[in-house]
Amino acid sequence: MENIEQRVKKIVAEQLGVNEAEIKNESSFVDDLGADSLDTVELVMALEEEFECEIPDEEAEKITSVQQAIDYVNNHLANKG
Amino acid sequence: MAILDGQIALVTGASRGIGRAIALALGQAGATVIGTATTEAGAAGIGQVLESSGIKGRGVVLDVTDGSAIPALIGAIEKEFGAVSVLVNNAGITRDNLSMRMKDEEWQAVIDTNLKAVFVMSRAVMKGMMKARSGRIINITSVVGETGNPGQANYAAAKAGVAGMSMALARELGSRNITVNCVAPGFIATDMTDALGDAAREALLGQIPLGRLGAAEEVAAAVVFLASPGAAYVTGSTLHVNGGMFMH
Repeated sequence: MENIEQRVKKIVAEQLGVNEAEIKNESSFVDDLGADSLDTVELVMALEEEFECEIPDEEAEKITSVQQAIDYVNNHLANKG
Repeated sequence: MAILDGQIALVTGASRGIGRAIALALGQAGATVIGTATTEAGAAGIGQVLESSGIKGRGVVLDVTDGSAIPALIGAIEKEFGAVSVLVNNAGITRDNLSMRMKDEEWQAVIDTNLKAVFVMSRAVMKGMMKARSGRIINITSVVGETGNPGQANYAAAKAGVAGMSMALARELGSRNITVNCVAPGFIATDMTDALGDAAREALLGQIPLGRLGAAEEVAAAVVFLASPGAAYVTGSTLHVNGGMFMH
């Protein structure tokens, strides 16, 4: 099983159409990976699906980088467990 | 093969009038049709009409102003038939009154059903359409939203509001291959226009170059076009179906 970081990066790569190798933890979706505002909404939808969770809008707005996405998922899964 | 084969169409206010004609026309063009009505009897009637025409789908009860019922319905349709690929926001009400006499409730009821609910319905289907990278949202507006009409400040405001909102949505969703358009009927022969007196009817016909009321089926044909592959490059538009009574 892939770890959370790998799963998040894979989703980011798929959603934004970028090469996984270009995705760093500190990459900002908009500034570094060329996402527009609709892309970021879709990315959150994809994360929700992958990790079977619901990310409230006010939380979703704070997820602007790969690391923030990883952190959110880690915290969410930790809370759930 | 019919032009709308494989499409899942949701039509609000489909138990009679224009909505019923739209539901039938989409179904005859090959779509699976889910038609909404506000009552059980209305929903059952839609189911019967679809079944007797050999159209896949069903009637459902929905109050479009019930914000929590809408996502639930969209989810249920997705499970049973697949994600909604064509949304037709047709449901509408009138609460006509001269502005000086118009109650806040009359204003608000029309805004809630004819404007806000169109937004809430559209928002609810967007997720599935974005995932599918395709979708058609078709809003039924009115010539009254373009020209105004005495006694219909609330209705005109709501319909013009839908037209503006549709253009905003068309810009937001265009990159995902989702089109958003309006069909603006003029005076169509329905229960509503049947109630007009002879003098009012004569005066009305005098303003229509084609010299007659429209048929619900003629509005439905415009909706089928906007839902069809042939309309793939049309978005943010209003298609006027009004016999020429308003041109621009």
